[in-house]
Amino acid sequence: MEGSIAEMGKFIGAGLSAFGMGLAAIGVGNVAGNFLAGALRNPSAAGGQTATLFIGIAFAEALGIFSFLVALLLMFAV
Amino acid sequence: MADNAHAAEGTGLVFHPMDQFKVQPLFGGTDVSWYTPTNAMLWLALTVLAVFLVMVVGTRGRAVIPSRGQSIGELAYGFVYKMIEDVTGKDAIVYFPYIMTLFMFILMNNFLGLIPASFANTAQIAVTAILAFAVFFAVTIIGFVKHGTHFLGLFWVTSAPLAIRPVLAVIEVISYFVRPVSHSIRLAGNITAGHAVIKVFAAFAGLVALSPLAILGITAMYGLEMLVAFIQAYVFTILTCVYLKDALHPSH
Repeated sequence: MEGSIAEMGKFIGAGLSAFGMGLAAIGVGNVAGNFLAGALRNPSAAGGQTATLFIGIAFAEALGIFSFLVALLLMFAV
Repeated sequence: MADNAHAAEGTGLVFHPMDQFKVQPLFGGTDVSWYTPTNAMLWLALTVLAVFLVMVVGTRGRAVIPSRGQSIGELAYGFVYKMIEDVTGKDAIVYFPYIMTLFMFILMNNFLGLIPASFANTAQIAVTAILAFAVFFAVTIIGFVKHGTHFLGLFWVTSAPLAIRPVLAVIEVISYFVRPVSHSIRLAGNITAGHAVIKVFAAFAGLVALSPLAILGITAMYGLEMLVAFIQAYVFTILTCVYLKDALHPSH
């Protein structure tokens, strides 16, 4: 038994912030899945919307990356 | 973000997965001043060289039937040109040189960072923050120069009912100023995460029982990272186009 309560809290916090990345994965899957559902109904319109798809994925993914950043900060900077 | 990564202390790994992001002097020593040749400096220079080779040397022939090198240059040029036209509009073509530079620089940086034992510059918050803030300030200045105070209409959503507009204005202002943060952290975070995962798999190679898993894991992640390297360059560029569109056409 070594280390301190603060050390333990750091690791617990980093682990908890990993949940955020999983939730962002749900969001990204939602965007891509809905795009595919729409694209298969109207394949001719799908090509013009790939830019929108990537913008949507980027915004959903950014929040997951934020929680990854919080985990990194807890592990290496705090 | 990884400058202050600690060395592995009793974590069980042979090396720390974040060690690869340390900025180190090329010729020994530990002190880093602004003039010290570091690995970051070397790979930034190699990135510029790679862009030069593809875009300038590769297209030097200007053949009607393009060679392989010229085809790559033309593909990249046409790709970014069409992206600006589709997302921002025809009047934004004057900003094409800067956006093309951004795209090629980030793309080549991401790909060179994937070479084993190289240094991924786009994983450094310092590099991506400079790129993102340059875009942020440029877009804000362009907006005010082109539209004057009308640019503030970006925050005043006239299509919403009057009662909600002040609330919306607060949200719009916050989301406007968070842009450079999310813009830079998205790129750096993606590259950092991918490289760290590859390193974690590489650490498994030290154990005989796990070494097949290490080879499989590294191969799979490497393939994925090739895709991510391109997609993140694409996303950074297309978001630049979106922000530029807000500056050129601020009405909602």
